[in-house]
Amino acid sequence: MLLVHFLREELGLTGTKIGCDTSQCGACVVSMNGSTVKSCTCLAVQADGAEIATIEGLANGSELHPMQEAFWDNHGLQCGYCTAGMIMTAVEMLERNPHPSSDEVRAGLEGNLCRCTGYQNIVKSILAAAEKMDGHAHNDETGGHAHHDH
Amino acid sequence: MTKLGGTPTMTTRIFGSGIRRREDPRLMTGQADYTDDIRLRGMVHAAILRSPHAHAKINSIDTSAARNAPGVLAVYTGADTDGVLNPIPCAWLPPDSDIKAVDHPAMAVDTVRYVGDAVAVVVAESRYQAEDALELINVDYSALPSVVNPQAAMASGAPQLHEDAPNNQAFHWVVAGGDADAAFAAAAGDPQNHVVVSENIVQQRLIPNAMEPRSAVASWQSAMGELTLWSTSQNPHIVRFLCSLVTGIGEHKIRVIAVDVGGGFGSKVAMYADEMLATFCTMQLGRPVKWTATRSEGYMSTIHGRDHVQQVEMAATKDGKITGLRATVYAGMGAYLSTAGPGVPTILHGLMYSGPYEIPNVKGDIFGVFTNTTPVDAYRGAGRPEATFLLERMIELLAAELDIDPVEMRRRNLIQPFEDGHDVSTGLTYDSGNYQGTLDLALQHVDYPALRKEQTELRSQGQYMGIAVSTYCEICGLGPSQVAGAVGFGGGLWESAIVRFYATGKVNVFVGTSPHGQGEETTFAQIVSDELGVPVEDIEIIHGDTDITPMGWGTYGSRTTVVGGAAVVLSARKIKEKGKALAAHLLEAAEEDIEYEDGKFFVRGSPDQNKTIQDIALMANVAWNMPEGMEPGLEATTFYDPPNFSYPFGAHVAVVSVDADNGHIVLQRYVAVDDCGPQINPVIVEGQVHGGVVQGAGQALWEGVVYDDNGQLLTGSMLDYALPKAHLLPNIEVLSTVTPSPHNPLGVKGIGETGSIASTVTIYNAVIDALKPLGITKLEMPLSSQRVWQAIQQAKGA
Repeated sequence: MLLVHFLREELGLTGTKIGCDTSQCGACVVSMNGSTVKSCTCLAVQADGAEIATIEGLANGSELHPMQEAFWDNHGLQCGYCTAGMIMTAVEMLERNPHPSSDEVRAGLEGNLCRCTGYQNIVKSILAAAEKMDGHAHNDETGGHAHHDH
Repeated sequence: MTKLGGTPTMTTRIFGSGIRRREDPRLMTGQADYTDDIRLRGMVHAAILRSPHAHAKINSIDTSAARNAPGVLAVYTGADTDGVLNPIPCAWLPPDSDIKAVDHPAMAVDTVRYVGDAVAVVVAESRYQAEDALELINVDYSALPSVVNPQAAMASGAPQLHEDAPNNQAFHWVVAGGDADAAFAAAAGDPQNHVVVSENIVQQRLIPNAMEPRSAVASWQSAMGELTLWSTSQNPHIVRFLCSLVTGIGEHKIRVIAVDVGGGFGSKVAMYADEMLATFCTMQLGRPVKWTATRSEGYMSTIHGRDHVQQVEMAATKDGKITGLRATVYAGMGAYLSTAGPGVPTILHGLMYSGPYEIPNVKGDIFGVFTNTTPVDAYRGAGRPEATFLLERMIELLAAELDIDPVEMRRRNLIQPFEDGHDVSTGLTYDSGNYQGTLDLALQHVDYPALRKEQTELRSQGQYMGIAVSTYCEICGLGPSQVAGAVGFGGGLWESAIVRFYATGKVNVFVGTSPHGQGEETTFAQIVSDELGVPVEDIEIIHGDTDITPMGWGTYGSRTTVVGGAAVVLSARKIKEKGKALAAHLLEAAEEDIEYEDGKFFVRGSPDQNKTIQDIALMANVAWNMPEGMEPGLEATTFYDPPNFSYPFGAHVAVVSVDADNGHIVLQRYVAVDDCGPQINPVIVEGQVHGGVVQGAGQALWEGVVYDDNGQLLTGSMLDYALPKAHLLPNIEVLSTVTPSPHNPLGVKGIGETGSIASTVTIYNAVIDALKPLGITKLEMPLSSQRVWQAIQQAKGA
């Protein structure tokens, strides 16, 4: 059984989504022992004894995580289906690199697909969260920049 | 930290304010219920066996091993559903087109016609068991020849899909205005003063790729004869209507629920066989049945978009005035006509052949063609990106032929600004437009002369920079219903809204439209808040449940805010009228002396003598002291049928660079100037533009369905179908102008599709512009590095 099926079907934690069957879309990203994994590409038994964090555990009661708040403030979601995976990815991204440039954020979303937003407000949300969580992240998201890092 | 349900700051007028979306908290926390998140007591799981052949006879199906597999409750084939489920209907049959609405059985009975055609369905206790049992079904097929290209499918000798549709022709629809043949004859007869350009354009087939795969949970309550169907739909009321036709269950006994839907882009408009199979299974077994597509299964079984082969000619005078447009279009329909499929390349495409230009003579021959492929239907823009592409490409060719700057070429043909109605040759009356206004703003924003200068400099250094500017206008905000009927749409195109005040002053608004990412839980609340002075957090928008919401035709064609929003505001205005009458009664004043401002009714000249809207709500609900003849309650319903479509427009600019060593394209800048009239929530508008532009960019640069000659879907998963990714894109620069629609109570026009309508051709033209020094005038989409590199190598070798 896949970890994502275990989370959704056995534990009823349906906040983690399934968007593909080839590990492309990232809708199922969860945190396993502090690192993000695509839970569709991991067997439940591989997670035996591990600490798993899903989107359901991110907010503190009714108090949103700063990343969730940044997505809300910056219109970082539309249909919401990719959002759990995006937010889980983004949280870990900032843990590894608290001061990302917009190019680094875009590169960091390589494994997450969104069809609604064109990514622009997701990038904006993550940069805003970085600023809020750290206070001095540099934000070079000024529009019209080309991205050569393919 | 903001608490959930926190209050947004209201500093200015709420209409026009970019407040945070009210639906976001549940979507960001995992608390939303998408269809696949639904779990019911006793629920079992269906999996569908699909044809691996593009075209084949079914000789026999052996399900015995599957029936005996662990956990399996039942296996059904077309023999079981045939005669029980009616064929899946096509609901858009353009008139005077000799359309062949061939039967589309929910499961194939004796013939499969595309890879993905449903052949059998297994129901088991778990999804894993159902999927495993599919492997045990043995289908004996005799493969038949197949055809996938719409133009090839109409050639003599092509494999035939349906007996009733000779030459695979599903329909032939003609759009004509003025006299195009005479215009081209005149151009041919006077070559001194005229020029004609022609081009073959392929609008490749696309996969919509809403992030949420399609899913259905069907639950039959046999004692009551009632069906509840959770469905990933953009239009649950249409699903209820068509479900009753397919299953024979009374429409009043069907409840369709589609509250949280993970994107659609047109792909969740259609009525699908799969949802009806889940319904069939629950009716057979008496247990709730869930079916959810895997992504790869969705690639075969969820509608595709575009798929045009276009042969186009444009005639003009040598001073750059367009005199005529002629097009012959082969539009692939797939193996069957999808719900709205035939309306897309006809009404939503051919009628837009004048675009934002004065083109006095237009003719289009549109052939809908059956091919052994997944059915084609509306995909973001639906027909209008294909029309805009054709127009903007031909104007670019004309400009090159006449050596006129492409922007100047457009200026010479743009319709002059108009505020209330402009007739074009295809028979439409546009509502309002200022095409020059958006063009001027776009050019000013990018400093067009400076861009061209930079291009010249780079070219002198051997670098390839491309610039393109497009002007577009599109048709959306679908109604009116009378027109829907006249153009063969099998339903109405009005919308409804109930605004209901409770005694506590809180408000529910029940709407027939069904937003699935567009944010109308916020924009509709803004409309009501603006109109009635109630804080947005006191207003909840209810949609997507046919048992609760009033009838509506759904969310597509950029119509939700335009048509549904109009119903909302008119209901709010009715509330205000009733409130005024009740306030007059309670304040013992004449109704004509009551004024309303910011949520308060007051006696003119005595603002202290007032009743708030909340006071009125309380008094209307308890009804202790009502004026003679006034009904209790504070609630209003509006059924709104728009008098015309809405026609948003704009000017887009793309700047690209092409690396001649490897063919790699970088989209350096993209500027979108759009006019959708007054913006209720500019942040949401901007988000719609971002997403639309990027989907259009996907068509130009990365996306495309590939079938091999045997009809095998080679781009069968997300591994093989290239979607836009964050690191491939620049920030989109979004600007706007405001030209209200004269006929809409809010003045608004649609914005959901403009991005994808304009961006594909703008980016394509920019790439061709970059390669101009090499003499390259045409490339196949998507513009992969390999294709571009090969074209460059060829050009350099020549």
